[in-house]
Amino acid sequence: MQPIDQATLVNSILAATSEVFEVMLNLPVTPGPAYRTPPNSDPTEGVVALVGLAGQWVGTGILQCDTGMARVLFAHLLGVEEAPGGEGVDGEVLDAVAEIANMIIGNVKNTLEEHLGPMGMSIPTVVFGRNFTTRGGGSEPWTIVPFTCAGSRLLVKVCLTHCPEAAESRRGAAVLRGFTI
Amino acid sequence: MIDLLIVDDSAAIRKILQRVLRQADVPLGEVYEAADGLEALQVVETQKVSLILADINMPNMDGLQFLRKLKEDSRWKSLPVIMVTTEGGQAKVMAAAELGAAGYIRKPFTADQIRHTLAAFL
Repeated sequence: MQPIDQATLVNSILAATSEVFEVMLNLPVTPGPAYRTPPNSDPTEGVVALVGLAGQWVGTGILQCDTGMARVLFAHLLGVEEAPGGEGVDGEVLDAVAEIANMIIGNVKNTLEEHLGPMGMSIPTVVFGRNFTTRGGGSEPWTIVPFTCAGSRLLVKVCLTHCPEAAESRRGAAVLRGFTI
Repeated sequence: MIDLLIVDDSAAIRKILQRVLRQADVPLGEVYEAADGLEALQVVETQKVSLILADINMPNMDGLQFLRKLKEDSRWKSLPVIMVTTEGGQAKVMAAAELGAAGYIRKPFTADQIRHTLAAFL
């Protein structure tokens, strides 16, 4: 089983994100240049939706955006003019962002499975707040693809670590690995 | 008329599916919702359902476990279940087919895909 190369991973993120935005949101999205960062992130704020991946390779996929973008995503997904709850985000908005993350990371996973073998995925976990950091449990860097959409920025991040013993012991069960917030 | 059960842990997806079906003039009777397989089993126990749309990745009882339970019970063995899921890997598609799923729609889905798949049940 060959490790996935960076170009394939980035292309899978680009394809999955573009498809979800076009088909489910009817919203144009423009990608920027992909980059890599260490496991620790700088303090951030807004909405972070996480989906765990497990198999021979384990890790996490993330969709991250600010509250304004989260409200735009909700409105386009549900086909309504405006998200509820004034300028903040409520449970309905978080649910919508979680589902969009589920579709994007799920389709990245479908592509990765062609290279890395069968993988399981967790149901999404979504976090909303200010001045928080995320840290991956391993030493692998994050692959990040930034997108511009409706005047705001959103990030799709994936971090994977080769862990064949995890696949053996967990038999494909989805896990959210080593994340602290 | 289709008495429909939508099983998905995302309230947004449950709403979208209902909207798409109503806009497509699918003759819907009662529409029930469940957030996981356990809730869905309670609905089929107590309500008259003629078609089920079910996600796979859900808490408590996932869509494949729910499908297995349903097909093991002679009362619901012939009840058609269409999987609507992000899972596009061959293993999951095959597992659903072997358990007796009547169809498979991958997320993200278009309204046409939903209409086309449901046409066989109208």
